Amino acid sequence: MSISVGYYPGCSGSGTSVEYDKSTRAVCKKLGIELNEIDDWSCCGSTPAHTVNHTLSAALSARNLVLAAKQGQDEVITPCPSCLANLRTASHKIADESYRPKVEELLDESCEEAASVASTLQLIVEKVGLDAIKKAVVKPLKDLNVACYYGCIMNRPPELMQFDDPENPMAMDKIMEACGATVLPFPLKVECCGAAAGMPKKDIVTELSGRLLDVADSLNTEIIVTACPLCQMNLDLRQGQVNRANGTRYDIPVVYFTQLLGLALGLSAEEVGLSKLVVDPTPRLRFAGVL
Amino acid sequence: MRIGVFVCHCGSNIAATVDCPAVAEQAKMLQDVVFTTDTMYTCSEPGQNEIIEAIKEHNLDGVVVASCSPRMHEPTFRRALERAGLNKYMLEMANIREHVSWIGKNKERNTVKAFELVEIAVAKLRNNLPLYANKFDVNKRVLVIGGGVAGIQAALDCADAGYEVVMVEREQSIGGKMAKIDKTFPTVDCSSCILGPKMVDVAQHENITLYAMSEVEKIDGYVGNFEVQVRKKATYVNWDNCTGCGACMEKCPSKKNVDEFNEGISKCTAINIPFPQAIPKKAAINPKGCLMLQKGKCGVCAKICPTKCIDFEQKDEVLTERVGAVIAATGYDMFDHSVYKQYGAGQYPDVITSLQYERLMNASGPTGGHIVRPSDGKEPKKVVFVQCVGSRDPAVGRPYCSGFCCMYTAKQAILTKDHIPDSDSYVFYMDIRSPGKGYDEFTRRAQEQYGVQYLRGRVSMIYPKGDKYIVRGADTLAGTQVEVEADLVVLAVGAESAKNAPALAEKMRISYDSYGFFMEAHPKLKPVETNTAGVYLAGSCVGPRDIPTSVGQGSAAAAKVMTLFSKDKLESDPQVSSVNASRCVGCLKCATTCPFGAIKEVTDRAGNVKAEVIETVCQGCGICTVTCPQGAIQLQHFTDNQILAEVNALCQAQLDF
Repeated sequence: MSISVGYYPGCSGSGTSVEYDKSTRAVCKKLGIELNEIDDWSCCGSTPAHTVNHTLSAALSARNLVLAAKQGQDEVITPCPSCLANLRTASHKIADESYRPKVEELLDESCEEAASVASTLQLIVEKVGLDAIKKAVVKPLKDLNVACYYGCIMNRPPELMQFDDPENPMAMDKIMEACGATVLPFPLKVECCGAAAGMPKKDIVTELSGRLLDVADSLNTEIIVTACPLCQMNLDLRQGQVNRANGTRYDIPVVYFTQLLGLALGLSAEEVGLSKLVVDPTPRLRFAGVL
Repeated sequence: MRIGVFVCHCGSNIAATVDCPAVAEQAKMLQDVVFTTDTMYTCSEPGQNEIIEAIKEHNLDGVVVASCSPRMHEPTFRRALERAGLNKYMLEMANIREHVSWIGKNKERNTVKAFELVEIAVAKLRNNLPLYANKFDVNKRVLVIGGGVAGIQAALDCADAGYEVVMVEREQSIGGKMAKIDKTFPTVDCSSCILGPKMVDVAQHENITLYAMSEVEKIDGYVGNFEVQVRKKATYVNWDNCTGCGACMEKCPSKKNVDEFNEGISKCTAINIPFPQAIPKKAAINPKGCLMLQKGKCGVCAKICPTKCIDFEQKDEVLTERVGAVIAATGYDMFDHSVYKQYGAGQYPDVITSLQYERLMNASGPTGGHIVRPSDGKEPKKVVFVQCVGSRDPAVGRPYCSGFCCMYTAKQAILTKDHIPDSDSYVFYMDIRSPGKGYDEFTRRAQEQYGVQYLRGRVSMIYPKGDKYIVRGADTLAGTQVEVEADLVVLAVGAESAKNAPALAEKMRISYDSYGFFMEAHPKLKPVETNTAGVYLAGSCVGPRDIPTSVGQGSAAAAKVMTLFSKDKLESDPQVSSVNASRCVGCLKCATTCPFGAIKEVTDRAGNVKAEVIETVCQGCGICTVTCPQGAIQLQHFTDNQILAEVNALCQAQLDF
């Protein structure tokens, strides 16, 4: 199988979530997906841009999609759901002929030719497929109880994302099942973790992420699987803060789905960047015989 | 020809934006028009008398009324013509209200258009011919489809009036949804105690033939003369001999079948009588669960049955019944809440529907009337009711209000307190809709006397935590988010149209809306009639209805049937197609395009094939007239000559006021 797509790592991929970027690239390589990083890509605008100006946000994102098209890519994938939301919104806006001139004015170039955008998760589920994953698994994640946590924007708003169920998404669950893991029915899959509120008002995150950890713990979750750099950071990096605020003593590793998928496909702990995580998953992975 | 033109002001409805006297004055110059006038209300008694007097005084033989849509008042003016001794088809109406005054504000241009419509009507009228209706016999038997409370009421009323009734019920017993309900609002009286006697009356009434476990396969014919095919589904029990003793149910080894009557909260045997008060009280075998029918060995019921009525060879049977009228009372089904993924998609055992909760509260239900959690059988101390699940939610394609959920939720909350005095109940609601006799007082009683906590807001999600459920929603009055820890969650699921309702509507040739509910002939003035003569509606097949309304509609539909049956002969509408046999070449293209099967093949004396219209079946749609390559088939009252005269009048009109 050979799939070739444009790749947009996003800023967090070169900072707080290098392990997500690293494992995404390694997994794609293993699955025969050629990632062509957009040359000279820039920030999608993240949360600040669209809170201030929608057109500005669209322009910042659209720039990358136009670049990708110029570099010969029809489709771009990104691991980060927040980048995905911005890029998708921009693509939606520049498809509207009455809106496009506003964006073009800011960018000083035509936006008629632009790549489409999808998440890494969507590409893996839809283009690679679960059967291919099952066949490629060399180290099944047997005896591992995982809870998949999607975060609030992976599939929402549904009209924009057009992928999976907005209230009960199953894409990661199915990938983890294909890798041989036991997937727990985690009811808070699309609940908010507190997102960027961790900076100005930490107690929002300790409350909301605390709730996620409470339910995960009540299900005897061994590992929480995520697909979003910010969710991962709140649950992993801030797990100590959550514990202190709520008087709990959780010690649940929170990994990216690409990391577990990579391990199942035979990649090493180093290749998927396990050492970057705060709550160390290696004891459980060793116990389950994955490492 | 001598034509009179009457221009109606309709108060200010028309006169405000049309110069009615000018229209009447101008109409005098039209060919054959000998009298014109304008009137304040032509449909009023003085208005009609004016028409009658003008006909007599001016010796008119045709009348044009320029007023409203013919839908409402064409029959009114036709009767006026008949009273004056004219044939009622010598009337034409020009719609200068809906088509002119209500849609345009420019008085000058409105007046021109109004006159042009009058001109068209006069041109057509000059080609009108008197038409005469034929008479045909009425079969005074009625088919009632559906044995819920609406159908039961309609059947009993017709039967009591002396007419034979054929009732067809899809399920094993009549009773419908009401038979599953524990208590009714707002009187909190026992549902089966008030419905049971009526069900028995249906079984015992000498004028009622009941086919349970049956469905209507096909309906042919027309008002007064329908021919209905009824499929009696195989029950594998000879119902003529079954006494309903229940011995078979005790011995049947297949005990794990989904109990449909109890909404799936319990299991039942493969041979089963759904509930103790079932009518008819006969056993039936569910072939999916029966070991004998699936695997060919068992037959315990056949051995144990004292009357030897088990018949594993039984097949479906199709019967033909002839009736003169049909009442559809097919009811509704409950919304399937599994589309709400945020409420657990139907996967949480203690998140149940309101109808399942009724079965839990019902003394003849699977728990004997004890409210327990389906998961562990424990008594819940905190029950949360979520209203509007599948109602008023465009996101799931159900934008309408189901109407009765506010009331049954209040009732269930009250009964919860009666059953478990130390319990707490919470109700999440959007608005409390309780417009009925004693209804609002009832919801107040739930809050004030029974201490039910009403929280105004929608529930965003339900998720399990330990052995409890967290119900999270908005409290829009307090402006906060709330979370309630519940032992049991009851979803007030809305009503949707009955399964296969659209298919049945097509068999009856009636219309249905985009949700599958049947359309009444007029939402206000003809609530139990349809656009197909002889087919009537009752109860929730038209839209969600509570019990009193359903019963009222059952009686109303019965009254309509009795009105129909009060005549021995019916008049057919002469506005139907007719074939000019001398021009017909017998190609029968018309027969293939007719949607009603109203054209048959005949042979004339010379042995030539000809088409012939069955007048009582023809609905006057006119498809055949445009199909006929010879122009041999013409729709009476809408002939080519009449329509071309209208077109010519319009094209030649060049008038300035």
